[in-house]
Amino acid sequence: MASDTIDVTYVARLARLNLSADERAAFQSQLGQILDYVQAIRGVDVTGVEPTAHAIRVQNRFREDVTADGLAMDAILANAPQHSDSQFIVPRIVE
Amino acid sequence: MKYLTTIGLEVHVQLKTRSKMFCGCPTGPGAPPNTQVCPVCLGYPGTLPVMNGEAIRLTVMTGLMLGCAISPYSKFDRKNYFYPDMPKNYQISQFDKPLCLGGSVEIDAGGGAVKAVRLTRIHLEEDVGKCIHQARRSGVDFNRAGVPLMEIVTEPDMETPDEAFAFLLALKQMLLYLGVSDCNLEEGNLRCDVNCSVRPEGQAELGTKVEIKNMNTFKGVHVALQYELDRQLEAVRTGERIVQETRRWEPEAGATAPMRSKEQAHDYRYFPEPDLMPVVLPPAQVEAWRAALPELPRQKRERFAAQYGIPEYDARVLAAQKAVADYFDEAARGASNPKLISNWVMTEMLRRLAEREMDIRDCKVTPAALRELAALAEIQAINSNTAKEVFAILFEQGGDPAAVVRERGWGQNSDGDAIGALADRVIAENAKSADDYRRGKEAALKFLIGQVMRLSQGKANPQMATEKLVQRLGRPGGTG
Repeated sequence: MASDTIDVTYVARLARLNLSADERAAFQSQLGQILDYVQAIRGVDVTGVEPTAHAIRVQNRFREDVTADGLAMDAILANAPQHSDSQFIVPRIVE
Repeated sequence: MKYLTTIGLEVHVQLKTRSKMFCGCPTGPGAPPNTQVCPVCLGYPGTLPVMNGEAIRLTVMTGLMLGCAISPYSKFDRKNYFYPDMPKNYQISQFDKPLCLGGSVEIDAGGGAVKAVRLTRIHLEEDVGKCIHQARRSGVDFNRAGVPLMEIVTEPDMETPDEAFAFLLALKQMLLYLGVSDCNLEEGNLRCDVNCSVRPEGQAELGTKVEIKNMNTFKGVHVALQYELDRQLEAVRTGERIVQETRRWEPEAGATAPMRSKEQAHDYRYFPEPDLMPVVLPPAQVEAWRAALPELPRQKRERFAAQYGIPEYDARVLAAQKAVADYFDEAARGASNPKLISNWVMTEMLRRLAEREMDIRDCKVTPAALRELAALAEIQAINSNTAKEVFAILFEQGGDPAAVVRERGWGQNSDGDAIGALADRVIAENAKSADDYRRGKEAALKFLIGQVMRLSQGKANPQMATEKLVQRLGRPGGTG
């Protein structure tokens, strides 16, 4: 379908990606090819096939409600760009 | 022109599990920042989530309690957005296949009327971290990130802030009955967002929806709704356009204000969570959980009224909190007069608990002790003022009511001659009742015993009083 054109600029903004004009054009073309492929798949007869989110038939994988030790604080904060009072520090979030 | 107001709620409930939704980190409140975190809930690359089966069970139990249909097939999805409280840049939630669909909550619509507020769905997701806003920056604590969070979404079935308030109270009561959450508002166990709109009477289509966030209490929901609906009514009356937006309730200002609308904030690009397999609950499992549902407030009220013969009003007060209901149930079971137990719990007990801000589960007066105290007062082994003093002592120290009475010499008089003299006096003053008894009317004896007790100010030993009266009156039917 021709209407399945991806707005690359919009998607890039949602994904916080800063794309150059060249990159936008490249992704436009690549994503277009993916959509064409999806279009081809749409031609397959799937009568009687239930939609699924997974390719393998595994379900109900649960764990028991038991606690386990996490990471030590210094190990965690070592990954923080900035920290203070055991908190990760980020630019002020204005609501 | 008359306008109609419409309200829908989204209630987030932290489930009472020991560990988080997708990892083994503990969930308890009050821990220092970032001490209950691990690579999974911090969203480190390469980690994999594993579902906490208990969170699934608690959500399904809630759905069963609220009359939802349990989805035969349910799955998790990624809700994508960027915010510092979400280290993965997506929240694992449920989009098109939630665990529970439909259902309803009955609310008190005022004037004794009951109204059913329909539910759209209940789904399960992970809570996010907590941002602590400072002057120039924000701190993030991820202890809360990954705690199982159940979201209950209603249909736009409420029309007034009072109804929204009643819904929250009724829902909280049921959640506490089921024990799926602590429902502690201060700890943020229960959080609520509101959608509301106004439209002219006669218009079928709902007006433009406005979402309000940041209410920390049920009272806050009530006042925020009052403010916001008034604002919208004023706007439509003056011809101002209402825009679809999210507004923030600011308690200090007593007003709602638009939140800076995040661009494309509502395009979450949901897609199936590839790291989690679907949940397909066997019907037998769901039925086993249904069978394990506890008695709910309304059933308890009805049973209390039927089983113990107490008034509907009493039953409602006693069943309001599960812990109080359980206490009453235990004390009333086997009591000769359950209404007296009800009176004790509703007055002395609830008053003293309220004064101390105490939970009945921490009360030193055991159900058995209360039953005994009520019995002592009923047979007038002690008078009612003494009974209240005994209750006060038990409330502070615990113990056995009969022992308290004995130790303090508040007990009954067992002096045979003194009680005999009282019996003589009562027979003389109540000749008709005495005759009634002699002619075989057993009930008349109870009245006469009561009179002896009254004259002794409740201190006469009732058994001895009975004995003395019967000696003097002869056996019923005049044969003695």
